[in-house]
Amino acid sequence: MTQLWDFSGGIHPPEHKDISTARPIRDAGMPAQLVLPLQQHIGDPAEAIVEVGERVLKGQKIADVKTGMGVPVHAPTSGVIESIADFPVPHPSGMADRCITLKPDGEDQWCQRSPVADYRSLERDEVLQIIRDAGISGMGGAGFPTNIKLRPPRDRKVSTLILNGAECEPYITADDMTMREKADEVVAGLKIMAWILRPERCVIGIEDNKPEAIAALRKATEGTQTEIAVVPTKYPSGGEKQLIQILTGMEVPSGGIPADIGVMCQNIGTAVAVANAVLEGTPLISRIVTITGEAVREPGNFETLIGTPIEHLLGQAGVNQDAVSRLVLGGPMMGYTLTTEAVPVIKTTNCVIAATAAELPAPPPEQPCIRCGQCAEACPMELLPQQLFWHAKATEFEKAEHLNLFDCIECGACSYVCPSSIPLVQYYRFAKGEIRAQQAEQLKADRARERFEARQERLEREQQEKELRRKERAQAAAEAAAKKQAEAEKAAAEGQAVDERAAKSALVEQALARKKAKAQASQSPAPSAPPTEEKPDIEALEKQLEQARSKLETMQGMLDDAKAQQADNVEKLERAVAKNHDRVQRAEEALSEAREKLAAGPTESQTTH
Amino acid sequence: MAFVQQSSPHAHKARPTSRVMLWVLIAALPGLLAQTLFFGWGNLINVVFCIALAIASEAALLKLRKKPVAFFIKDNTAAVTGLLLALSLPQFAPWWVSAVAVISAIVVAKQLYGGLGSNPFNPAMVGYALVLVSFPVAMTTNWAEPAMLWDGAPGFGETLATIASGQQTAVDGWTMATPLDEYKHKITTHTATEVLNHPTFGEGIARGWEWVNAAFLAGGLLLIALRIITWHIPTGFLGGMIVMSLAFGNNADLYAPLSLHLLAGGTMLGAFFIATDPVSAATSHQGKLIYGAGIGILIYLIRTWGNYPDAVAFSVLLMNFAVPFIDHYTPPRTYGHHKARRGVPGSQG
Repeated sequence: MTQLWDFSGGIHPPEHKDISTARPIRDAGMPAQLVLPLQQHIGDPAEAIVEVGERVLKGQKIADVKTGMGVPVHAPTSGVIESIADFPVPHPSGMADRCITLKPDGEDQWCQRSPVADYRSLERDEVLQIIRDAGISGMGGAGFPTNIKLRPPRDRKVSTLILNGAECEPYITADDMTMREKADEVVAGLKIMAWILRPERCVIGIEDNKPEAIAALRKATEGTQTEIAVVPTKYPSGGEKQLIQILTGMEVPSGGIPADIGVMCQNIGTAVAVANAVLEGTPLISRIVTITGEAVREPGNFETLIGTPIEHLLGQAGVNQDAVSRLVLGGPMMGYTLTTEAVPVIKTTNCVIAATAAELPAPPPEQPCIRCGQCAEACPMELLPQQLFWHAKATEFEKAEHLNLFDCIECGACSYVCPSSIPLVQYYRFAKGEIRAQQAEQLKADRARERFEARQERLEREQQEKELRRKERAQAAAEAAAKKQAEAEKAAAEGQAVDERAAKSALVEQALARKKAKAQASQSPAPSAPPTEEKPDIEALEKQLEQARSKLETMQGMLDDAKAQQADNVEKLERAVAKNHDRVQRAEEALSEAREKLAAGPTESQTTH
Repeated sequence: MAFVQQSSPHAHKARPTSRVMLWVLIAALPGLLAQTLFFGWGNLINVVFCIALAIASEAALLKLRKKPVAFFIKDNTAAVTGLLLALSLPQFAPWWVSAVAVISAIVVAKQLYGGLGSNPFNPAMVGYALVLVSFPVAMTTNWAEPAMLWDGAPGFGETLATIASGQQTAVDGWTMATPLDEYKHKITTHTATEVLNHPTFGEGIARGWEWVNAAFLAGGLLLIALRIITWHIPTGFLGGMIVMSLAFGNNADLYAPLSLHLLAGGTMLGAFFIATDPVSAATSHQGKLIYGAGIGILIYLIRTWGNYPDAVAFSVLLMNFAVPFIDHYTPPRTYGHHKARRGVPGSQG
């Protein structure tokens, strides 16, 4: 006997499951048109890889996700691609999204399939690839790509693999009927997933209101180590977090995933899809859907091709159009109402309730909250729904967040029990939406502020550098002037010496002239004095070079900054850098020339003096 | 055709506020019956008068506040307030005392604060405390002498006439000091045995009162069984009282014994019907325990060392003040969190 734990709260709504379990699973048949949304899973939408007018075979890949997270979409039957356009898709907002429509040709001709009998001979990654290529995403709720889920991060070893057969929502019996009729496939899929994950423990959790399913799975798992855990019927025991708590006694950390505590949950339908993908080579092109409610005459479960319009399914179940007051996709606790029956069945569609007005009546008008605490008693997440409601209503979102608003799983237990019929979940959705919008807004504002501050900083820096350069220039000018002055003084001082020398030289010259005259007379020419060259000012040149260098550096720095910020003055700065680079080069050349001259200078002067 | 568009959940369990309140009214019937059997027609007459006046005041105020009158009257909350006051007031309290209590409860404590769900204080106890401090004579001298209905108690007509006459004090022979009052004032000069000789205590613990309290206890257990209230506030309430009594009052010659605390005065009515008013009580389980314990402890303190023989109203109101503070520090630990997020937003992770 598997040890079980209880989760806090929970409710016992009327089950209404016997409406749809009286008949075996029927084939929904072939609708006139299949509508295949490109996004049926969490992640990036698939892209169509077929053309309008192209004939496709059953099981052929017609859309795939090239970059990013996602799984492909396959043709559920052979036929012709009619259009790739926007159609209403299953979504609470009633929105339209890109879909491929397929007109069946009635031949139901399969493409080439490659079943793998002995998957154990393959690498695990190869099997994961098969699962991905079969287009499998979680079929219970959100539709997370199964191949990614089956490959948790390396540091998250999955020690317990749970197959979630609780199916706690009223009305829905898709998993129940699958377990009853396809127990072997369920177990085969579980085995493949267990082979991939190598857990220490495999548990199938089923609520005790499904004795037939329990018996079928007991039989299918006979002689294996897989545990069948019969859990007490209490909504929402099938919530991932709640089932994990029931079966392991552990809680998934807030904001974390089950793999954080070494647990993974998989859906019954997903297990069947995995078995079919690996052992039969069949991609995910159909699923079991419950059609129920008092407005259909023959409720039950249908093996339905993905893309089948709800309208077709309702017709198969014998809908009484006039009696339908509310069309709910999913269960009565967490499902959403449809605006049109034209939306197709997708990979995550498990149930459609065609409810009469008497069956799901409009709730009475909202009364004031009297803080009776029934909601807190019912909350499976141990929140304070009444406080969250006050804060959401008062738009005190910070307080709502502090009371763990984002841990709410929107199971609806609080609204269900509220004596004042307050639509609590709606208030929480509103608060969550507002907070998310605020966060996005905040992020945007932060980015804008950062940009602005960076620009301010840059402008300020430029201004300072300008100022610095101006000062340097002024100083340099002042120094130059001082130097000139000094030189002039020196020159003046030297001038006197020169005068003396000149006097001497004049005497010498006179003497020379006399000699020359004599020599001319004696035909001996006198050597001419070397031309006096300007002595190169090494110091000034060095200063010039240094200035040019520093300017180049700052320009380079500015250019780098500009490039990093992708500013629009990059080109201008590049030109400036190039110019400064030339300037530095010229200064260097001038300096080295001057140095050479200086090095050559002394020998000359020796000869002169 | 257009389908109904609605946010989930689509299913609801129907036990509206009106039915919750109706159950409170029903659960109080055993107590009312016991009061009538042991103390005469006074409480029953008060119940009719107070409920009628409560509904009338509520309707008038709703009208003034331009609220849908029928929609709110149907929630039965005004009737419960009227009932609780009628069960708490002295049997021979003149009509104007009851009227002041009811009107101040409904008009001031409830409607002027914003109506149902918005009142920080227990409306019935605001009304009760107001008349207790305003009309001390009328509120202490009009307690009926415990006598079986068929055994010498004043008849229906006499009782009605006394209440309707509006005289401050009823006929002397019909009234008697309550057991808590008697004990409190005599124990300072007498021994416990001497005090307990007084006919108000009777053969058992407190004549008549013990049965009234037992009946309210039974009604309260029914409310818990129906999940209309949780066990936390009554447990905290009685637990606080018991702990205080065991800690301080084990000498019967100095302090009233625990049995008297539990089975005399408004203990059980307070623990199961008054302190459990959800609007003005603490929110979480832990908070409710603390809130209830606070009331139980305060009742013991005031009964023992204060000026009043009973103290349900003052204790409840004092703890009403503390509710925001209690709520602030006692949120539950949410699934997946290591500990509860106490205090103000941002102060803890």
